[in-house]
Amino acid sequence: MTKDKKEHILKALKKGVRYDGRKLLEYREVKVEPGFVHGAEGSAKVTIGDTEIIAGVKMALETPYPDTPDKGNLMVNAELRPMSNPEFESGPPGEQAIELSRVVDRGIRESKAIDQEKLCLEKGEKVWSVMIDLVPLNASGNLFDAGSLAAITALKNAVFPKLTEEGIINYDEKTKEKLPLQKEPIEVTVLKIGEFFIVDPLPEEEEQLDARLTVAITADNKICAVQKGGSEPLSITEIDTMVGIAQDKSKELRKKI
Amino acid sequence: METLKVKNRNIVVPGETLAEGMGFLPSRGTYRDGKTIKAKRLGMISIDKKVIKLIPLSGAYMPKVGDKIIAKVIDIMMSGWRVDTRSAYSAVLGLKDATSDYIAKGADLTQYFGLGDYVLTQITNVTSQKLIDVTMRGPGLRKLRGGRIININPHKVPRVIGKEGSMVTMIKQATECNILVGQNGRIWIDGEPEKEVITEETINKIEKEAHTAGLTDNIKKFLEKKTGKKLEVKKNNN
Amino acid sequence: MTRVDRRKNEELRPITAKVGVIKNAEGSAMLKIGGTTAIAAVYGPRDLYPRFKQDPKKGLLRCDYNMMPFSGHGDRVRPGGGRRSKEISMVTQKAINPVIDLKNCPNAVVDVFIELTETDAGTRCAGITAAAMALADAGIEMKDLVIALSVGMLDGELLVDINGKEDCELGATDIPIAYIPSMDKISLLQIDGEITREDLKKALEVGKKKCLEIYEIQKKALKQKYSTANKTEKVKSK
Repeated sequence: MTKDKKEHILKALKKGVRYDGRKLLEYREVKVEPGFVHGAEGSAKVTIGDTEIIAGVKMALETPYPDTPDKGNLMVNAELRPMSNPEFESGPPGEQAIELSRVVDRGIRESKAIDQEKLCLEKGEKVWSVMIDLVPLNASGNLFDAGSLAAITALKNAVFPKLTEEGIINYDEKTKEKLPLQKEPIEVTVLKIGEFFIVDPLPEEEEQLDARLTVAITADNKICAVQKGGSEPLSITEIDTMVGIAQDKSKELRKKI
Repeated sequence: METLKVKNRNIVVPGETLAEGMGFLPSRGTYRDGKTIKAKRLGMISIDKKVIKLIPLSGAYMPKVGDKIIAKVIDIMMSGWRVDTRSAYSAVLGLKDATSDYIAKGADLTQYFGLGDYVLTQITNVTSQKLIDVTMRGPGLRKLRGGRIININPHKVPRVIGKEGSMVTMIKQATECNILVGQNGRIWIDGEPEKEVITEETINKIEKEAHTAGLTDNIKKFLEKKTGKKLEVKKNNN
Repeated sequence: MTRVDRRKNEELRPITAKVGVIKNAEGSAMLKIGGTTAIAAVYGPRDLYPRFKQDPKKGLLRCDYNMMPFSGHGDRVRPGGGRRSKEISMVTQKAINPVIDLKNCPNAVVDVFIELTETDAGTRCAGITAAAMALADAGIEMKDLVIALSVGMLDGELLVDINGKEDCELGATDIPIAYIPSMDKISLLQIDGEITREDLKKALEVGKKKCLEIYEIQKKALKQKYSTANKTEKVKSK
């Protein structure tokens, strides 16, 4: 039966049509709402088609990691709550949630989006820790792109909370000081189904994917992180084509932030 | 003293008082609580003389005997197949109900229906514990090959089918797609990709506007606009 | 008393209610009260695992309350729930169960997932109020809706819908209650702090009165979703 399903999708892709009428390299409607959650230091809600995801940034003071005493900490955590999809179960993050966390993390970390040295208050003693949490409200395909777009938007509007004289955080008061963001990576996931490449997959398309490539790209069109997924291997030409598509599409998405 | 508290086509919430006094009769979706008639769930009121009925607008599918549904094979057993009905309850398709052929014991059942296959079946039995039997022996009942499945609100299925199938026939005519509508809100469509898109858009539109007046005409205009060709349909009471 | 946000003692914070906010769910609703936003999503009736929890006489209502990590006013909330969330999930279920009728769904489960995106006190109450709307949206048979609200006592004065500052900083006695209008009964009652017997009685009476105001907002939000005008407006209290 999966063979049947695959054949049917390929029949449509051959004619340049997706199940919802889009072209192969067309995104669903993308909506970005910065500052969606008021308690957080930074936040955003991103909607791509029916997929809705919130990213929230919280900051805390911590001791730095011993091997990076002059750098602040960064963490990305995604939780696929059962509210957003009947297939998600309660419990600790599974493979899917962990991959989402790490792929979004990689884009931000490897692009050096945040100058982590600027997060250091006292070398070896006290640094800011930036924690980004991603929670979908409705999961309907393409959590990677929606999640990373939400994360970077949240970082963009994040501000430091006030520190009291004793150096304790007063979360009730926010400063006007923004996070030291120096790069804004955009992640685009390109899927390969049969011989066709598509972006922004529907759940039915994700089910039938042969391979996918999530590429993080900065404003100067440089690649800073890549994740290959799916069970089928890719040729070098295919990878190159997919990277090209991702670079192209990242320009479109960048306009939204 | 009997008073009606709601009008025909009003949307009511669970527990809402619909009528007071003993002059009215509670029907589907409503019940009598002392001297009042109340709504059991969210829905639209339909009043026919003294009978107050509630038309559900939302909620999961509840399997009923006689319903033709599109089920999905989820398990292959010794004595048949277990299928998902898109409800809280799975159903059993027994060997003897699968086909008019004789299936020997120990035969490879995947030859007939494998895991993940979609089948058009009919519900033959629902026990009080919601154990369900389905059959494939009947006109039109069969395994669905090719095509794809759309899921809609099961309560909108009657509008998608239309009076005596008039709505679905009109869509088939306009898009030249094969369409099978299951009572459980699963719809199977198969045709040219661009036409399938129009079919799905049309079905979604019916879902949204199911209870508005002039639906058939609106859908006819929608189909004509999308396909660029005029439709010949018999005038029907909406 | 001048409250921190200059409200009168019996004044609620601004409320926004919207039904049908999570497309994948059978039913869903959002309730925003002041700085607290709760979203409830209902899935079911559906298959219940583990099997030993199944009840052959009726379906089971299962509630899960969770605060998103960025929802707090202070530190990040560690994912994983913890004891507080488990207790709130339990009292939420107990608050809503009396109105739920799942006799038609033996062995099945109706799951309600409550997520807080922003918190400023009154979270379990916002969750219950949203959950009731979501269950109605999902077409579940209910005797009535349930409304929940936190009433507080501070310096001998009764304050309705206390906010985070009043609860934590000023140390008001927090009394979350849930009310079922048709039964005129309280289905959730917890008290965090000192209070006299007379004051408690007063608090419950005032709480009940304010719950009835919120009840109107719930009903309006539910009807608005299904009105044929098909507006997607949010229902606001002011």
